[in-house]
Amino acid sequence: MIYRETGQFRTSYAEDQAIFRLRQDKIGIAVILAIAWIGIPFFADEYLLRAILVPFLILAIAAIGLNLLLGYCGQISLGTGAFMAIGAYAAYNLALRLPALPLLLDFLLAGLIAAAVGVVFGLPSLRIKGLYLAVATLAAQFFADWAFLRLPWFTNYTPSGSVTAPPLDFFGWVADTPREKYFVCLAFACLTALLAKNLVRSRIGRSWMAIRDMDIAAEIIGIRPMTAKLSAFAVSSFVAGGAGVLWAFVHLGSWEPLAFSIDMSFRLLFMVIIGGMGSILGSFLGAAFITVLPIFLNQAPGLVGIQLSTAMVSHLEFMIFGSLIVLFLIWEPHGLARLWQIGKEKMRLWPFPY
Amino acid sequence: MKLKSLALAGAALLSLVAVGPGVAADTIFYPHLVYRSGAYAPNGIPFANGVADYVAMINARDGGVNGVRIELEECETGYATDRGVECYERLKTKGAGAIAFSPLSTGITFALTEKVPIDKIPLQTMGYGRSESADGRVFAWNFPLLGTYWSAADILIQHVAKISGGLRGKKITLVYHDSPYGKEPIPVLQDHAQKHGYTFEAIPVTHPGVEQKAAWLKIRQTRPDFVFLWGWGVMNSTAIKEAVAVGYPRDKMYGVWWAAAEPDVRPAGDDAKGYQGLALHPAGADYPVHKDILKYVYDAGKGSGKREEVGEVLYNRGMIDAMLKLEAVRTAQKLTGKKVVVGEDVRLGYENLELNAERIKDLGFEGLVTPLKITCADHEGARKARIHQWDGQKWVFVSDWIEADINYLRPKVEAAAAAYAKEKGITPRSC
Repeated sequence: MIYRETGQFRTSYAEDQAIFRLRQDKIGIAVILAIAWIGIPFFADEYLLRAILVPFLILAIAAIGLNLLLGYCGQISLGTGAFMAIGAYAAYNLALRLPALPLLLDFLLAGLIAAAVGVVFGLPSLRIKGLYLAVATLAAQFFADWAFLRLPWFTNYTPSGSVTAPPLDFFGWVADTPREKYFVCLAFACLTALLAKNLVRSRIGRSWMAIRDMDIAAEIIGIRPMTAKLSAFAVSSFVAGGAGVLWAFVHLGSWEPLAFSIDMSFRLLFMVIIGGMGSILGSFLGAAFITVLPIFLNQAPGLVGIQLSTAMVSHLEFMIFGSLIVLFLIWEPHGLARLWQIGKEKMRLWPFPY
Repeated sequence: MKLKSLALAGAALLSLVAVGPGVAADTIFYPHLVYRSGAYAPNGIPFANGVADYVAMINARDGGVNGVRIELEECETGYATDRGVECYERLKTKGAGAIAFSPLSTGITFALTEKVPIDKIPLQTMGYGRSESADGRVFAWNFPLLGTYWSAADILIQHVAKISGGLRGKKITLVYHDSPYGKEPIPVLQDHAQKHGYTFEAIPVTHPGVEQKAAWLKIRQTRPDFVFLWGWGVMNSTAIKEAVAVGYPRDKMYGVWWAAAEPDVRPAGDDAKGYQGLALHPAGADYPVHKDILKYVYDAGKGSGKREEVGEVLYNRGMIDAMLKLEAVRTAQKLTGKKVVVGEDVRLGYENLELNAERIKDLGFEGLVTPLKITCADHEGARKARIHQWDGQKWVFVSDWIEADINYLRPKVEAAAAAYAKEKGITPRSC
C-alpha cells in the first residue's frame, strides 16, 4: 500500500533514466543520506565511528570494486587484497617521494597504478574462465605479498617492514578527528557508489553484463571481450586500490603487508557473494555482514549481561558467524540484496497479498 | 514468512545493543588485549592467565592498588591487527578510562603507536614492540620495558660469541616470523655481522608458521653454526620439529624470549631436549607471589587457568607485565594524589617508575625481575636476560644475567627514533 508506483508518471526521459524512479525510493535514499551525513556524525561516539563505521565504509568501497568485476562482468578474482595493497603502497610512496603533490592527487594516481596492475593481471581472463581464472588471479595476491615483504624500496627500507601514513592533509584541511575521518570515508563511499551505479547502467556496464551472461553471444553482437574484460579489471582495481589507500591511511595509519593478505581477498569475496552479486546495495550489506557482525557477536553476550570467558566468546563468535553464512546461503543464494528486493515486492502488495 | 522471521530476529538483535552493563567509576579500568583463540593461542593463553590471576590476587589480597579496586576487561584480538585496533577503540574510554594497553603483538603495537599520543594512553610493550621506542624523548607514550628486540639480539650475540670464543668465520641464521616482530632484530644482527665477522642469513617464515620445510632444507644445506629463532605460537614448536627432521642440533638453536616457553618445546617431546632460549625471568611457581596467587585466587576457585600451569614461563611473564603496570599506577597515585588514575597520570607514573631490590622483594618478585628504573629518556629501564635450556622437563639456566651493550645500542635507537620523529614531524622532548 505504502510502497507502490500507482499515480507516479514519468513524463521526460530524464525522469525515466533516474537512478531512483519511485518517490518512495527517493525519500528513502534521502533519509539514509541524511542519517549518514547529519545524524550519525552528531550522535555516534568515537568507538562507533572509528572502529565500526570507518572500516565498514572502506570495505564497502572495496566490495563495490570487486562486485563490478565479479557481479557485473562475471570474472572471479582472488586478488582484491593485492590491488588494495598496491593502492596503499603506491599512495605511501607517492606521498613520501613526491611531497609536492597534493594528497588527493596521490590517491588518484595510486588508484590508477592499481588499475594498471589490475589490467596486467586481468590478461589471463582473455583465455581462461571461471575457477581457473580465480587461480590465475591468486598470482596477483602472491606477487603483491612478495613484493611488499621482500623489496625494501617499497617500504622505504624500514627495518620492520611496517610503514606509517602521513597526515591526511587535503589542501590544508587536515582530517584527524574520528568524525572528519568518517566524513572522508563517507564522501568516497558515496562517490564510488554513484559512479559505480551509473557505470553499470551505461554502455560499458551493459557490455560487462553481456560478457557475464554469455561471452560468445556478446562477441557476436559486437562487444569486444578484450575491451570489456580488461576495462572491468581496470575499474575494479582502481576502486579496490582507492579502498586500499583509505584502509591504510585513514583506518590503520600504520600497516604491514599482512593487512592486505589473502584473508582480505577472501573476506571481500564473501562480502560480494553474501551481499549479492551484481548489486551496489549488496556490496554495502555484505560489508556490514562481514565486518560488523563478528564484532557484534563478540560483544553480544556482555551486552545482555551473560558472563562468559573470553575464549568461549571468541569460539562462539566463530561458530555463529560461520553457521550464519551457511544459513544465509541456503535461504537466499542470491544474497542479502535479493532479500531486500523480495521485501520490496511484499511491501508493494501489503496488506493484501495474493 | 522467512523474511518476517529474519526481520524479527534482526530487530531483536538490535534491541540488545541498547542495554549494556556499566563499569563503576570508582575503580581503575585495566583493559587487556588477549588472544585465547587462533594460531597463537597456545602462547596467548598462559600470558593472559598470568595477568588475570595477578590482578585478581591484588584485588582479593589488598582490595586493589592502594585500596582502589581494579576492573579488568579482556578483549579477544586473535593476534589480528584490525581486531586489535577495534578492541583498543572499544576499551579505551570504558570505566574511568584505560590506564594503559599491552597488545602482546608487534603489529598491533605499531598501529597503536600512532593512536596513543592522541588518546593520551600509555602503551606498555614489555619485551616486544618497536625497538626505537626505548627513546622516550620521541616516543613519549611507548614503554618497551625490560628489553627490546635489539637488546635481545645483542644479548644473544654476546652469549654465542662468548661460548664459541669469537664469531669470525661463523655462520648465523635467523629463522623469523615474517612480520614486524620477526624483522625487528635484523638490523642489529646485520650490523654485528660486520663487527664480529660472521656470515648472517635471514630466512622468513610466513604467518602462521606451520609450513617451514623450505627454510629447514636451506639450513641443512648451509649448516650454520647457530640458528636464532624469532617465532611465536605454533611456529616455534614446528621449527623444533623441523630441526629434528633435518638433523640440526637443538643445542645450537636459540629462541628469543617469546620462543622459549613450555608450549614451544612440549609438542616436540623428547626431541626438544637441549633447545635454548633467552629468559627475561625464571620459570617456576615457588616465589612468594605465586603462593599468594594460589592462596587468594586458586584456593577460592577463581583461577583463570589450571593450577599446575601457574609458574610457566609465559604465565610468569603475564604476571610481571601486570605487576609493572600496577606499579606504574601506584607511582601515578603517589605523584598525582588521585585515587582513580587514567592514562595521562599513568604515563607520569611510568616515567618515574623505579623498582629497586627492596621493592621487588616486598612485591614477592625477588629473583623474578631485575631492578629497573625508567626515565624520561630511557623507557626500557633494564636490558638483561639469561639463557635457559630445556632439559625435557623444565627450563634450566645455563648462563648468568647478560646485559645488552647500551653504548652500542643507544646511538642506533636514537638515530631510528630521530628518523621517525622527522617523518611524523615530532619535536623530541628535552630530558
